[in-house]
Amino acid sequence: MTRDVLLKIEGLRIEGRSGDTWTEIVKGIDLTLHKGEVLGLIGESGAGKSTVGLAAMGFARDGCRITGGTIDFDGLDLRRSSEGALRDLRGARIAYVAQSAAASFNPAHKLIDQYCEAPVTHGVMPREEAEKDAIDLYRRMQLPDPDGIGFRYPHQVSGGQLQRAMTAMAMSCRPDLIIFDEPTTALDVTTQIEVLAAIRDIVRQFDTAAIYITHDLAVVAQAADRIKVLLRGEEVEEAETRAMLDAPREAYTKSLWAVRTFARPEQPAATGKPILSVSNVTAAYGTVNVLEDVSFDIHAGRTVAVVGESGSGKSTAARVITGLLPPKKGQVLFQGESLPPALKGRTRDQLRQVQMIYQMADTALNPKLRLRELIGRPAQMYLGLRGKALETRVRDLLDLIELDPDTYIDRLPGELSGGQKQRIGIARALAAEPKLIICDEVTSALDQIVQEGILKLLTRLQTEFGLAYMFITHDLATVRAIADDVVVMQQGRVIEKGTKIEMFAPPHEPYTELLLSSVPEMDPDWLTRLLARRAAPITHGAD
Amino acid sequence: MSNVIRMILVRISLGIGLLFIVSLVIFSATELLPGDLATQLLGQSATPETVAALRAQLGLNDPAPLRYWNWLTGALTGDFGIALSNGRPISDLIGTRLGNTVFLALYAAALSVPISLVLGILAALWRNSFFDRIANAGALTAISFPEFFVAYILVLWLAQTGIFPSMVRINPTTDFGDRLYMTFLPALTLTLVVTAHMMRMTRAAIINLMASPYIEMARLKGLSPLRIVLRHALPNALAPIINVIALNLAYLITGVVVVEVVFVYPGLGQLMVDAVSNRDIAVVQAVALIFAAAYVALNLIADVLSTITNPRLMHRR
Repeated sequence: MTRDVLLKIEGLRIEGRSGDTWTEIVKGIDLTLHKGEVLGLIGESGAGKSTVGLAAMGFARDGCRITGGTIDFDGLDLRRSSEGALRDLRGARIAYVAQSAAASFNPAHKLIDQYCEAPVTHGVMPREEAEKDAIDLYRRMQLPDPDGIGFRYPHQVSGGQLQRAMTAMAMSCRPDLIIFDEPTTALDVTTQIEVLAAIRDIVRQFDTAAIYITHDLAVVAQAADRIKVLLRGEEVEEAETRAMLDAPREAYTKSLWAVRTFARPEQPAATGKPILSVSNVTAAYGTVNVLEDVSFDIHAGRTVAVVGESGSGKSTAARVITGLLPPKKGQVLFQGESLPPALKGRTRDQLRQVQMIYQMADTALNPKLRLRELIGRPAQMYLGLRGKALETRVRDLLDLIELDPDTYIDRLPGELSGGQKQRIGIARALAAEPKLIICDEVTSALDQIVQEGILKLLTRLQTEFGLAYMFITHDLATVRAIADDVVVMQQGRVIEKGTKIEMFAPPHEPYTELLLSSVPEMDPDWLTRLLARRAAPITHGAD
Repeated sequence: MSNVIRMILVRISLGIGLLFIVSLVIFSATELLPGDLATQLLGQSATPETVAALRAQLGLNDPAPLRYWNWLTGALTGDFGIALSNGRPISDLIGTRLGNTVFLALYAAALSVPISLVLGILAALWRNSFFDRIANAGALTAISFPEFFVAYILVLWLAQTGIFPSMVRINPTTDFGDRLYMTFLPALTLTLVVTAHMMRMTRAAIINLMASPYIEMARLKGLSPLRIVLRHALPNALAPIINVIALNLAYLITGVVVVEVVFVYPGLGQLMVDAVSNRDIAVVQAVALIFAAAYVALNLIADVLSTITNPRLMHRR
C-alpha cells in the first residue's frame, strides 16, 4: 500500500560553525516520508540525525545553517517559507519531542499550561477545550492521575512521566508529523519500555507520521517502519525495518550489531579471599538512608558489575568505598583489613589502592592541564616519581591506553575525542597502580563502537595487571559483555548477587527478571510480545 | 506554603541579627574617633567645669556598653537622642528628610525600573541588532560619567532653558504634583545612573537562558519571539533581575549624596555629610543605622521575591 508523500527532502546540506569556519555536517541527505509512516534515523553522535530531524521543521539551531537542497512538506517549500509561515506550521502540523523532557519543559510553568500553549496560539481550540483534551491525552499516554498531573510543575514529575507528557503535548494540535529526538535515551531501561509503548500506540491511534531519531537499533526496531542509517552526515543505507535487521548490506551497519556480540572470555569461579568487601553498609544523605544493609565482595582479577536504575544506590556504594561518604553502619574491608570510614582517616597507600574512572570524562579532566600533568600527577603523588622516571612512566601509560605518546603527551583534554578522554581517565587511574578500579558508568556517554574499544582496553588491562573492577552500569548489554559477578540493586538494597552465569540463567528474582526482560532486543516484534506476556499473568504489578 | 512563611521568618530574624551586628560596628567605630564631644561642642574656651557638667548631662561618663545599650534601646523606639550641634531631637531632623529621600528613591525607581526592564527585554529580543548596540552604548555612556557631571548637563539643558527648576524647594506641605515637577531633575539624573546596570543584567539574564532546551522547545512550538522572551525566558530570569533591582534601590536610598548636593535636595545624604563635618556623632550613628536597615530590608525583600517566583522552591515534590 503506497500512501501520499508527506515530507520529501532532497540533497539536504547543512553547515555548522566552529569558531570562524563553517564545516558541512549534513552532506546531501534525501528522505521521503509518507503519511502515517514512522522512519527511524539512526547513527552515532555527530552523524547529523538531530540536525536532519530539525531541518524537517525548517529549523536550524544557532550556529547551523541550511545551505542546500529542498525540504518539501505537504506541498510547502520550507526553505522558501517566511519565518511567520514556519511558525504557523511548527507545533501545529509538525511537532517535536526532545531528548531530555526534564530540560525541555519550562520549569516556570505547569505542564497543562505548556500543553495548551500550542493549540491556543495556533487557534486550534480554546483554552478550556485544550485542557480537557490534555487530560484525555494524559490518560491515553497512561500517565498516573491524568486529571491532576497537568497541574504540577515539571520538577514534581518523574523523567519517564515527563517524556510521556511531552509526547502528549506534541500531539496537542494533532500534527501530521512528529520528530522524536532520542525520546528514551535518558531513561532507565524499565521506564524506556513504558514510554516506547506509549509513543508507539499514540502514533498509531492518530495515524501520525514520525521521524524517530536514536542511536539504539533495538529501540528503533520496535517503532519504525523503515530505518535510515547515517554516518558523519551521509546516508549509509535505508531499508524496511525487517529487511535491515535480517540482512544489513553495509559494513558500517553490520558493525553496529557487532558491538553487542563482544564478550570477554569466561573466567573460572573466584577463589581465596576477596580483595574488597563491603560489609552490611548502611549510608545516608542527611536523614534519608540511600543504602540499606549492603554487602558484596570483589575478588582480584575479576569484574563485579553493579546494576540498577537511577536512584538505586550504585554510585553511593562507590562513594562509601572510596571514603567520600562515611557509612552510618557497617564497614569496608580491604584485603581483610577494615578501612577507615572517612577519606581523611585513610593513609596515602590505602587511597592509592582504589581508583575511580568517571562517567563524564569531559568534566572529570581538568581542561587546563596537559595529559603529561593529568596522568603524571597520581604517579608523582602516590609513587614519588620525578623527572625522567615520571616522563617514562607517563609515556608507558599512554602506550598502554593505545595513544601515541609523542603525539599526545602535551595535548589538552579539549583536543581529544570523547573516547580518547575516557582513555585518559583510565590511564590516570592506572598511574596510581591500584588493586581496584571503580568504573562509574564509564561507557554510557559513548557511542557503541567507541564503547567497545574502551571495554576491550579495560579487559586487556585487567588480564595484564590482575586488576579488580567494580563496574557500575545500568546497561545490561555491557554487563553481559564483561562481568564475572553481578550485584543487582534497587532502592538502596542488594536484590540479588552471584556470578554472571547464575544471574543470566533463570530463575530470577522478580526485579532482576523485570530488568533483564526490559532490554530491547533486535527484533521488531519484541515489544509487542513482551507487552502481551507482561499483561497475561495475574501477578503483574501495578507499575 | 508554610515552607515559605518559615523561610521569610528565618530571613527576618537573620536580618535583625545582622542589623544588631551593624549597630555594634557603627557604635564602636564612632567610639574610636578621636576627640571629646563635650569639648567639641563647647569650643576651646570652655572651662573644665562646664565641660564636666555637659559630659555628665550627655552621659558620656557612663561605660561604653551602657551607652551602647541606651542608644540601641532608644533607637528601637525611634528616639535617636538629641542632635549635638543644635540640640533638636534627631528623630525630628531625620523624619522629613527620610521621607524626602524615600520619595526621591521611589521616583527614580518608578522611572528607571520599567525603562531598564523594557530596554533589557528588547535588547535581548533583538540581540546584536542596531537597537541593542545603541541601548548598550547609551546605558554605558550614562553610567560612565560621574553623577555630578550628568546632573550639571541636565541642569544646562533642562534648567537653564527654564523647563525644570535646578533647585528643589520642597517642604512637607508641597503638594504631590509640584513635588514631582520640582524633583524631576534629580530623579532623572539618578535614573540615568542606575538604568545601565539593571538593563544589562536583564539582557544578560535573558540571553543566558535563550540557549536552554526549553527555549528551543518553545520555538519549535511555533511561538513568536516576543512571547518566547516574555513567557518562557523572563520568568526564569527573575531572580538575578530582582536582586540587581534591590541593589540599585538600596543605592538610591543611601548613595545619592552628590545628587542631593547638586540640586540642594533636603535628603538624608546631605544630613549625613553635614553631621560628619559638624562632628555630630549622634546624627551620623542614626543615619548610618537607617541606611544599613534599608540595605538589609531591600535584600530581604529581594530574597523573598526570588523565592516565590521560583516554582521549584515554592512547590516541593
